[in-house]
Amino acid sequence: MADGLTAGPGAGELETHDFDVVVIGAGGAGLRAAVEAKERGLRTALVCKSLLGKAHTVMAEGGAAAAMGNVWSEDNWQVHFRDTMRGGKMLNNWRMAQLHAQESPDRIHELERWGALFDRTPDGRILQRDFGGHRYARLAHVGDRTGLELIRTLQQRAVSMGIEVFMECKILRLHKDSEGRVSAAVGYWRPTGSFVAFTGKAFVLATGSIGKSWKYTSNSWESTGDGHAMALWAGADMIDMECVQFHPTGMVWPLSVRGILVTEGVRGDGGVLRNSEGRRFMFDYIPPMFAAETADSEAEGDRWYDDHTNNRRPPELLPRDEVARSINSEVKAGRGSPHGGVFLDIASRRSAEYIRRRLPSMYHQFKELAGVDITAEAMEVGPTCHYVMGGIRVNADTEATTVPGLFACGEVAGGMHGSNRLGGNSLSDLLVFGRRAGMAAADYAEGRTGTPTVDAAESRKVVDEALAPFARDGGESPYDIHRDLQETMQSLVGIIRTESELVQAASELDKLAERAGAVAVSGGRAYNPGWNLATDLPSMLAVSRLVTTGALARRESRGGHTRDDYPKPDPEFGKVNLVQRFDEQGRLTLTPEPLPQMPPELAALFEEPAASPAPAPGKEGH
Amino acid sequence: MADVTMRVWRGDSTGGDFADYTMPAVEGEVVLDVLHRIQAGPAPDLACRWNCKAGKCGSCSAEINGMPRLMCMTRMDELPTEEPVVVAPMKTFPIIRDLVTDVSFNYVMARQLPPLKPRAPEADGTYRMQQVDVERGQEFRKCIECFLCQNVCHVIRDHEENKPNYAGPRLFIRYMELESHPLDTNDRRELLRQRMGIGLCNITKCCTEVCPEHIKITDNAIIPLKERVVDSSYDPIAWLGRKILRRTKRGAVEVAQDAPAFTAPTSEDRLERQTLPVMVGTAVGAGNPSTAASAGPGAGPAEAAGGTGPTAAGDPFGTDAGA
Ligand SMILES: Cc1cc2nc3c(=O)[nH]c(=O)nc-3n(C[C@H](O)[C@H](O)[C@H](O)COP(=O)(O)OP(=O)(O)OC[C@H]3O[C@@H](n4cnc5c(N)ncnc54)[C@H](O)[C@@H]3O)c2cc1C
Ligand code: SF4
Ligand code: SF4
Ligand code: FES
Repeated sequence: MADGLTAGPGAGELETHDFDVVVIGAGGAGLRAAVEAKERGLRTALVCKSLLGKAHTVMAEGGAAAAMGNVWSEDNWQVHFRDTMRGGKMLNNWRMAQLHAQESPDRIHELERWGALFDRTPDGRILQRDFGGHRYARLAHVGDRTGLELIRTLQQRAVSMGIEVFMECKILRLHKDSEGRVSAAVGYWRPTGSFVAFTGKAFVLATGSIGKSWKYTSNSWESTGDGHAMALWAGADMIDMECVQFHPTGMVWPLSVRGILVTEGVRGDGGVLRNSEGRRFMFDYIPPMFAAETADSEAEGDRWYDDHTNNRRPPELLPRDEVARSINSEVKAGRGSPHGGVFLDIASRRSAEYIRRRLPSMYHQFKELAGVDITAEAMEVGPTCHYVMGGIRVNADTEATTVPGLFACGEVAGGMHGSNRLGGNSLSDLLVFGRRAGMAAADYAEGRTGTPTVDAAESRKVVDEALAPFARDGGESPYDIHRDLQETMQSLVGIIRTESELVQAASELDKLAERAGAVAVSGGRAYNPGWNLATDLPSMLAVSRLVTTGALARRESRGGHTRDDYPKPDPEFGKVNLVQRFDEQGRLTLTPEPLPQMPPELAALFEEPAASPAPAPGKEGH
Repeated sequence: MADVTMRVWRGDSTGGDFADYTMPAVEGEVVLDVLHRIQAGPAPDLACRWNCKAGKCGSCSAEINGMPRLMCMTRMDELPTEEPVVVAPMKTFPIIRDLVTDVSFNYVMARQLPPLKPRAPEADGTYRMQQVDVERGQEFRKCIECFLCQNVCHVIRDHEENKPNYAGPRLFIRYMELESHPLDTNDRRELLRQRMGIGLCNITKCCTEVCPEHIKITDNAIIPLKERVVDSSYDPIAWLGRKILRRTKRGAVEVAQDAPAFTAPTSEDRLERQTLPVMVGTAVGAGNPSTAASAGPGAGPAEAAGGTGPTAAGDPFGTDAGA
């Protein structure tokens, strides 16, 4: 084990790369930001923990929401905006939701110019599919592998522009200069374990999700919340971190694949949920807010797929928070499937040929991982930790955080999705705000004076801290601590929360933090996953703390955040973001701060009743 | 339940050997699950790549009992368990550590590919394409870049020296995808013939056999590409005449005369600098594409704005940045 240690660089010899704009994260958001900064002629670096093209975005299945109106010509940005705000239970940053709804169509068309091949309507335009919470079929897609199309298109674009990509490089910390501007990022190369710094005039965080702190999650090992934690440590404001989305349909069996996502597209394309009694139980859980636009009989729900005009949508397509909670209740009431989920049935409703064509990767996933043929049998599904709506507070137009020189976009940024994200709104979010972050970072970099440098003492501290686990004898394995963290978050800060459990979670997190301080690893530094995990623990713990603290403070149920002891939304909480930040004394504080005020012309969109079913389809039909 | 023994290659570029790990068997597991349990137990530093655990990201390629496969999609119950399950890294790429190999060769070859250069859009600024026309390309765009096909291709598996001049099956499908792309106006056939080594492939079909996405690499990409490349070197006029009905390609000759498509080396080259010195060519086209004019029909605005000649050297194959 000594081999890795002796080679530790003195700060003077730290490998350093200088850029104008440094983008951390190469999912859809980071790639789009880098493309924009590079387009402006700036020296742009793209840094990611995995190989290029493997980020979480690659796993997205169903589609990217954009009101292009290709299938329903009535669709427009106002309707999309309204769906997004209502889906988020009005906790969204209205300006982000507006920009997103307005700009998504252009961003999708731009992908097409860069080579993406979306599925088509009969007249040759981009086909759009139905998803929960979206009034019209709105998701541009490629079968059920839309994320792959999106990331590959952006990756190929970035590569063709000559953007410098630093793959398998994990950033640990951001450093600021004497004026409080972010000036450097310090991390290490995973293949060698040697340390590296990036200096830059502007930094964009696009590090994605936090799901790896839960036991059952659709997220990859990368989703450890590094960007959230680095921003927090750098002094940024974090908002509404308690708002975590549990996707209603993850696989539940076999155990080893529990949590892996089953796309909402299954329901969008006709799949229905049943309990052990064969009942379509979602009809029992239609909330008043959506009652006017939801079918109240199976017959009406079934007719809707072919005739949106005279029928209302089936309750299986309610927003995710509603569906996830309902599944949870059914299982608790003893009406679950053999492995603790419910049944998702498309086999009895669509032809085998249709299912294989529309949902090829779901077909393979179940066939190969669970031995289930989804064209012949129902799937077993249950909620899985999927997405964090909360995140770094940003300016809606520029994605600037509250720390100068630091921008954030994609899942790591908060505000856009309020307390619950609609399916498909993330992929378009990545494009819209990735581009905006890239533009604003470029502006900032161009206007910045002085030469950013790496602070030797600070980087030494980061290096020492990261290497400390090698020097400890007899400490605990990072895998054990990670497993216990996942158990804690899963059982105490999961889909349904309550005060006593959250208090218990907070004290468990204290203990876990203490244990993490004594973690030990063996082996060398080169590609050592045990050590890599040890360096992920601080971010996972920091983010879990934010979620728990936020969840305790938000004494209401709203969107992805459900409190058993406060089962209703509270209008007062509906007016505030819960902001967490470090104060001057280095204490983590939580303050409710008023939401940005929506202008009257947008507020008016919510006044008219949303009762009537969708009007006649556009000329393409459905 | 019974135990399973995993015989996993451990080591780095200086050498290594197989190590056995015996673990309790767990119902429904895939090879990657067992490796994860080994990491959480006896060998916390066992190196392997993974991300999605659902066959979607192409990170976890390895050779399992000699078969190139995704570890996350190989169920333990389909392997004989009387014998140890042998897990080795891909052979064609240099070892980093244990099961992790240096796949940067693939990224370097991808950088040399002239990007899509779309024709002009419809009046409303968007495109119309028919489902049947996009489906051809969609087959190739299913590729998850697991590089298993590259790994089994004997042209580079057995001949390291071919690497600098061989794109390999993963990129042949990318060339074919662009070749059949309804919007593209670039012609890459001379490049394919002269520098991407399409002629070296002798259609053994090993690549098609291992592709986890079941892409018909040889039948649908390599064979048609070979035909087109032959066409272009013997009778470019006839080929153009055929293609022109659908869209206007830049002439094969014109493209072939352009400067090399190599882009500036980037940090991806860090690791393969030693192995592939020839790849690090002259820096061309690494400037800002939006300032470079291009010759294709789609490049109207850029040309008008830039006023540069139709074959500006800064951007040999053109991009759509101006469109
Ligand atoms: C299975 C699944 C299906 C989904 N389906 C859909 C869908 O159909 N429609 C939809 O809209 N959304 C969907 N989502 C959500 C959506 O895919 C994600 O929210 C989105 O891809 C996040 O993108 P991102 O660019 O913010 O981050 P990611 O794609 O997660 O990328 C994060 C990047 O940051 C890098 N990184 C992280 N930490 C560090 C560090 N410390 N140092 C350096 N680099 C770092 C990672 O390497 C990676 O490159 C789905 C999600 C999942 C899991
Ligand atoms: S068919 Fe060609 S590309 Fe495929 S493995 Fe054989 S030689 Fe290589
Ligand atoms: S073509 Fe198939 S085998 Fe080759 S990289 Fe792509 S998915 Fe893998
Ligand atoms: S982990 Fe993604 S393909 Fe295996």
